[in-house]
Amino acid sequence: MSKLTPVLSAAWDQADSFTLEGYKRNGGYAAIAKALGMSADEVITTIKDSGLRGRGGAGFPTGNKWSFIPQGDNKPHYLVVNADESEPGTCKDIPLLLANPHVLIEGVIIGSYAIRASHAFIYVRGEVVHVVRRLQQAIEDAYKAGYLGKNILGKGYDLELTLHAGAGAYICGEETALLDSLEGFRGQPRLRPPFPAIAGLYAMPTVVNNVESIASVPAIIDKGVEWFQTMGTEKSKGFTLYSLSGHVKNPGQFEAPLGITLREILELAGGMRSGHQLKFWTPGGSSTPIFTAEHLDTPLDYEGVSAAGSMLGTKALQIFDETTCVVRAALRWSEFYKHESCGKCTPCREGTWWLVQMLEDLEAGKGSEAELDKLLDLCDNIAGRSFCALADGAVAPIISTLKYFRSEYIAHQTNGGCPFDPVASTLFDAVGAK
Amino acid sequence: MTPEQAVTAVETVTATIDGIEVQVPKGTLIIRAAEKLGIQIPRFCDHPLLAPAGACRQCLVDVEVNGRAFPKPQASCTMPVENGMVVKTQLTSETAEKAQAGIMEFLLINHPLDCPVCDKGGECPLQNQAMTAGRAETRFEGEKRTFEKPINISSQVLLDRERCVLCARCTRFSEEIAGDPFITLNERGALQQVGIYEKEPFESYYSGNTVQICPVGALTGASYRFRARPFDLVSVNSACEHCASGCDMRTDMRRGKTLRRLAGDDANVNQEWNCDKGRWAFKYLTSRERVKTPMVRGADGELHEASWPEALAAAAAGLKNKNVGVLVGGRATVEDAYAYSKFARVALGTNDIDFRARPHTEEESEFLTAIAPKLSANYLDIDAADSVVLLGFEPEEESPIVFLRIYHQVRKRGLLVISDAPLTSRGSKKLKAKLVANTSSISGLTNKSVIIVGERAAETAGLLSQAVALSKSSGAKLAWIPRRAGEPGAIQAGALGTLLPGGRPVADSSARVDVATAWGVGTLTSNKGRSTSEILTGLSDRTLDAVLLGGVDPLDISSAALSQMLHSFVVSLEISHSAVTAIADVVLPVAAVVEKAGSFLDWTGKARTFDKAVEDAQSRSDLRILSMLADELGTPIGLDSVAATAREITSLGKWDGADATFTQVAAKPAPTDVTLVSWRLLLDLGTLQSGETNLAGTAHKAAAHISAAHASKIGVSDGDSVKISSDLGSLTLPVIIDQIADNLVWVPRNSEGSQVIANLGFTSGSVTVAKA
Repeated sequence: MSKLTPVLSAAWDQADSFTLEGYKRNGGYAAIAKALGMSADEVITTIKDSGLRGRGGAGFPTGNKWSFIPQGDNKPHYLVVNADESEPGTCKDIPLLLANPHVLIEGVIIGSYAIRASHAFIYVRGEVVHVVRRLQQAIEDAYKAGYLGKNILGKGYDLELTLHAGAGAYICGEETALLDSLEGFRGQPRLRPPFPAIAGLYAMPTVVNNVESIASVPAIIDKGVEWFQTMGTEKSKGFTLYSLSGHVKNPGQFEAPLGITLREILELAGGMRSGHQLKFWTPGGSSTPIFTAEHLDTPLDYEGVSAAGSMLGTKALQIFDETTCVVRAALRWSEFYKHESCGKCTPCREGTWWLVQMLEDLEAGKGSEAELDKLLDLCDNIAGRSFCALADGAVAPIISTLKYFRSEYIAHQTNGGCPFDPVASTLFDAVGAK
Repeated sequence: MTPEQAVTAVETVTATIDGIEVQVPKGTLIIRAAEKLGIQIPRFCDHPLLAPAGACRQCLVDVEVNGRAFPKPQASCTMPVENGMVVKTQLTSETAEKAQAGIMEFLLINHPLDCPVCDKGGECPLQNQAMTAGRAETRFEGEKRTFEKPINISSQVLLDRERCVLCARCTRFSEEIAGDPFITLNERGALQQVGIYEKEPFESYYSGNTVQICPVGALTGASYRFRARPFDLVSVNSACEHCASGCDMRTDMRRGKTLRRLAGDDANVNQEWNCDKGRWAFKYLTSRERVKTPMVRGADGELHEASWPEALAAAAAGLKNKNVGVLVGGRATVEDAYAYSKFARVALGTNDIDFRARPHTEEESEFLTAIAPKLSANYLDIDAADSVVLLGFEPEEESPIVFLRIYHQVRKRGLLVISDAPLTSRGSKKLKAKLVANTSSISGLTNKSVIIVGERAAETAGLLSQAVALSKSSGAKLAWIPRRAGEPGAIQAGALGTLLPGGRPVADSSARVDVATAWGVGTLTSNKGRSTSEILTGLSDRTLDAVLLGGVDPLDISSAALSQMLHSFVVSLEISHSAVTAIADVVLPVAAVVEKAGSFLDWTGKARTFDKAVEDAQSRSDLRILSMLADELGTPIGLDSVAATAREITSLGKWDGADATFTQVAAKPAPTDVTLVSWRLLLDLGTLQSGETNLAGTAHKAAAHISAAHASKIGVSDGDSVKISSDLGSLTLPVIIDQIADNLVWVPRNSEGSQVIANLGFTSGSVTVAKA
């Protein structure tokens, strides 16, 4: 029996899943009537009780986040949806928004109602123009249908929803940088405290949630806490989207209960590409320390991945087989972080600049083993020293690849260059096409 | 500390830093608490007067609260001390030490090691801290990021992006302190850089502060670049001679020459800032136009160099037993002004003395005699004010540090600012000032309000009277802030026809007896002295025979002033050749401010004393020359030195007798015909800014501001030129359409292309405006 639990992705195979009609045919917009019939606090309690945790990476309980918003403070509150999905490997929010934008809008309405916000924002990555257009249309349709705007469903609740397309910076996925960018400033992380719950967008109490977190809300309201808790593990409840990419037969999004293992997902995906074995993989995108074949049975929930020395992150499972040079992979990731470092703080700005140059040399087989210790020392001087978590993510692939594949780094040096044929790892190569 | 803070007990917290207990006010940052113990945590982005940034990460320390240690080292510049906090700095924590060393290493990988040619070398926080927190040899073997070497971000500030450590001090200063966010950080990652909008260069009046607080040599001043090494300079505490804000200053000299000037620290005045004029306008000191020797006009009508005895004798011969007027100018030190005051009374036997080289009125004379000497408002009153009223006063242009103080409160707590200006100036815009047409529309003032009148209040009949009345009725504190640095001191020194030293009214016989006794003279003349304009009239109608002038530019007074002196005997005490020395009979060279000791009183009455910066200066201060001249006249004033003069002023003390009378003057109806209004911009054609081309490059361009209705009436639009004419002349300027009354036209008073006294003959009055 399939381990999949399609909720958000249930209707993705329907041609009109993204339309208002399609969404409603599948039971959409039923949850808001129910939620608006509840008190705001009841909605928060329901989400708290469900155990829903943030799907953007950190796994913070969503209901708790909502409850931090001060009540009765006579200030405007804001709900901001972080749809700035840009981590290498992460590809869950973009397909979700393309196939089912209304589930996010419905979640936004419920979430905004719960935190007493009358204005919500979706900050979407600007490069995905097709998704921006689809969201624009969905929001317009929702306004026309009376789900947004004044007096929603005649329940006396008003909500404006604004879509904002970012200009393309990874750092804007960091929630305070996102808020700065949304306010029209250059996206760089803000000093905390104050936290967004106290002084977020325009210095007002603000909740910033990931797309998938908010999109999971309507189903919880509609089907109940108990239904949600039938899925997942003890501390990681519910279903989630796992994004499988790389050297597998059928890459894509797999919606399954938290706690599923890579071995199980690989089975669902038809396994590795023919004739190849798993070498290493990321459990949650490039910012999470890599795993190897020894972690195939690690439960992919917040606790399980953490106990094994990585992070669940965005559940972006990038799969690499034995044709892949781990040094090259680390270099590619490092180049990404160097390009995306915002420049605000020294260790990230200068450290990523340096790391790339070191990895370039290592890939070219230059230097001695002492270089590896220097590399680790630089990582130690970057991790935990920076202003935000970007730099921690930047060193994760380096530290973890060195942990599991130190000998491969050394092999580059003894070999006087990369021992791998880079073409072999490509999907268009004859070897890969087998 | 504001008055409220003084009365409410400060809540304190206790923490342990490197094993030493420290008690600090709640909210104190760890880095600051450590300083209190003498523990210096290295830092770059941190600045006590700027909001915390946490950007450079150099100040990482280990922190433990309630027995729970933070898993990562924390930036001590962003975290406030909490009760029971245990902090371990680089002195006691290996983690902190390694973290700091790691950051230092990162900061240096992209930093060009061009210290040997860098202006900052020798006084560079990066250099210094690299020695304490860095490693001797780099482990970086890669390629450094390079940029084009310095680019001008204004005519006076150069940016060397390679050296920049991206601490954002400069950008934060510009936004938070000056309110001029003309520079920002652009790009990202290691390519992040300070930048300007190409059409809006860094033309802030306060831009020099960014050079001073830059912790590396990334920002340098065009005038100082490559001129000196800091270790060759001798620093002298000084006072700024450019305005009455009263900044503490540091003057850096090399072999008797001023190389640069920096803002000094005075928390209650300028904090650690100054304006670009104070910082960068000092070339006049070494100008080729300096008068170096005494000069006497010979029978050939030309000035000839003369010996001191010869010149003094010539001056004495022209002044002895003559009716002489004394024009002090607004730039004298307190001691020099006192010497002029005493010289007029004792050596010349007259009260015909005035320090005002600017438009003035009888109403103002009375205000300066009866009200000004007793005013007590200061900077802390602005900090605590519930509203600030500006009358005839543009703080950013006329007293820039007062502006910073007000702006800080506007930014911090939305302080209400009310101004009677005819249009919203750039400064008013930053202060979000509420403009009022006249004082009758000001209400709601309390005893926590501050009313500031500028020297231009004298140009509107009745305005000073209204300010006094408004202060009386509301209890609001009153302040008078003139532009020139010497004016508050000149009042205290009695360099005015109606005032004797210490605020003593000439009209009061016991005040005269006081002073006569102290001076050891029989009696002092009791007649009311002439004002500047009356002295000039006296010279032209020959009721006065001679005039003795300090640093006075006749075009600051009126277009006729110079010609009014032509037939009189003129003695000029000057530092540089000027319009006055060109007609003077005797020219006596005096010391510039760095060449003498002395003091200036700021607008709050606070004295800032300074020593001679140039040790071997040959020039003498005004008071010494006046003393010699008095000897020559046979009526000694006995002011041999600055110290002796200061002692005499102190021993004379302040007047505690009856107040002089101040007669309320009625306001005149506002003019209805087309009228010119003007004020001076901070950077303009002022004498003390001459020769400073880099500075002048950031002066605001002159333009005529008129209303849209006015513009359409005369058929001009933004950018067109208009000709403004009076009976005496005209000037032509580009026009800017602004929110201003339809019958008013505003122009800068003394800027390039707009010198209103010279061009039009007045500072405000009826004009015609037409398309040029």
